Amino acid sequence: MAEPDRPRTDRSPWNWLLIVPIVVPLLTFLYNRDEPRIAGFPLFYWLQFAFILLGVLTTTVVYQMTKRGRS
Amino acid sequence: MSDHITEIVVFTFLFLLVSVMGFVASRWRAPKDMAHLDEWGLGGRSFGGWVTWFLVGGDLYTAYTFVAVPALIFGAGAAGFFAVPYTVIIYPLFFLILIRLWSVSHRHGFVTPADFVRTRFDSPTLALVVAITGIVATMPYIALQLIGIEAVLKTMGVTGESPIARHLPIIIAFAILAAYTYQSGLRAPALIAFVKDTLIYIVILVAVLWLPYKLGGWGAIFDAADAKFQTSPNPNDGITLSANNQVQYFTLALGSALALFLYPHSITGVLASRNRDVIKRNMSALPAYSLLLGLIALLGYMAVAAGVKPLPGATPGSVDSNTVVPLLFDQQFPAWFTGVAFAAIGIGALVPAAIMSIAAANLFTRNIYKEYLRKDATHAQEANVAKITSLVVKIGAVACIVFLDPQFSIDLQLIGGVIILQTAPAVVIGLYTRWLHRGALIAGWAAGMAIGFWMLWQIPNAATGRKHFGGSAFPLSEFGFDTPRTIYVGFVAVLVNALVAAIVTLVLRAAKTPEGVDGTSPDDYFADEGDPRVERQRTTPIDNVSST
Repeated sequence: MAEPDRPRTDRSPWNWLLIVPIVVPLLTFLYNRDEPRIAGFPLFYWLQFAFILLGVLTTTVVYQMTKRGRS
Repeated sequence: MSDHITEIVVFTFLFLLVSVMGFVASRWRAPKDMAHLDEWGLGGRSFGGWVTWFLVGGDLYTAYTFVAVPALIFGAGAAGFFAVPYTVIIYPLFFLILIRLWSVSHRHGFVTPADFVRTRFDSPTLALVVAITGIVATMPYIALQLIGIEAVLKTMGVTGESPIARHLPIIIAFAILAAYTYQSGLRAPALIAFVKDTLIYIVILVAVLWLPYKLGGWGAIFDAADAKFQTSPNPNDGITLSANNQVQYFTLALGSALALFLYPHSITGVLASRNRDVIKRNMSALPAYSLLLGLIALLGYMAVAAGVKPLPGATPGSVDSNTVVPLLFDQQFPAWFTGVAFAAIGIGALVPAAIMSIAAANLFTRNIYKEYLRKDATHAQEANVAKITSLVVKIGAVACIVFLDPQFSIDLQLIGGVIILQTAPAVVIGLYTRWLHRGALIAGWAAGMAIGFWMLWQIPNAATGRKHFGGSAFPLSEFGFDTPRTIYVGFVAVLVNALVAAIVTLVLRAAKTPEGVDGTSPDDYFADEGDPRVERQRTTPIDNVSST
């Protein structure tokens, strides 16, 4: 149950971290190349797959740092 | 047809299995009283982490996606890979923005985004605009799911000559779907999503391990694709982006991500979860589907390397590129496993189609029926109207496919993505601030719609020889810029929308036009499971609020 006294908020400096996975995948100049390849995958593909991991890591960190019960 | 008999048997068996599950679902986590829109339309707002993961995943990654994204990669190369950045950026956006919508909806019992807009801006008209936009954008999306199934059926050779015979399997499939959605509501797709996604994961894992092995490794697959695009006359295809389509690539990814979470069906999936933590946790788990989608996209290149030739399309001389993935499976896998793969795509169409029809039904019920036709509707009446509406929506979708050129649905879907984006200022900005005036939001919406339609109308498609609605990549030269670059239509339209909304807000403020009263309080945006709910006041019309 909520504590009625303290005005609740979900503001947290950690939320700013989520800007990273929103902006980085949109920067085409970072990954619009064929070489170097990894396991046959051109950079264009493996780096964008790596962004998925970036998204997972950042959302996990922010979730852990902002979840309920933690102040 | 006989050489596909094993595939058809496996497909039919799995299809019937999930149909049974769909009917049984009404007893799963059964409530005391199903005659309430919260139960039928949102599964009791009670789904935990796993169910939400399967439901939202099954909802966002539709059969059409599985068929169309690799088809795009097959045809155009790297430009089709926008699906990956698109589905990466969507989850942080959900995490930051949609969670507020969940809280305020939980507190006030909102079922649709239009419910929120109505209370926030005290404007039934704006809510109506949001609701109609949502319904119109969702309808062709449902029809497209049928195209996903059709691609599979076509490959199995289950097609007849007359329009009715050709579409009979789909009509039967949708009749079954309609029946169990009617009975079980959101619980049906939630339960079926388990089967669908398990099948899809198995099929794709096998495909990405087995097919490169057969086709000479990933390097050889990309090289084969590269060789194909080198010889094609189109300067903008290739295994990396050209100088001209990079702006299109990232604006399409961003615009699609924004559009996706405004679509009523994704909001329905999110609102059905139990609490804020379930949503937040899911945003770090759902990208597993993005990985899956990226791998599925690459099936397009495997089809190139395997020398797949797409089946002929509806009109003579055209090809139906949506058949490349089914054909690839058919060509490379043993028959029984192809059957499993086809069932995965077929069932993959049912889950989103069910959720979309529920979402559209919720919108109609809450924001049209209850708002304008019957203000004193009880919970049971609401649930009943929604159930009937979901049937009507599905009949409409089938009719679109049977009686109209499927291309029409694809065009509508293209338009749908652009128009749903026009609800962003009201819904997304509205979650943070009430600064924009309700009248201005309507004006902005109208401006965004107008310019969006105009731009789509201007785009020809060289491949099919059509003059209009040829795609979503708008040449910037049309705006007078001296460049061959292109940009995503929806992105421009929503910027215009927001700009108009801001300007008109200033004008209406200056003219002291009444703004209505905010029905929400700042605290509502952080409410969580266990917090008291505000009993809706909508059953008794409040006349005196906005007059002050």
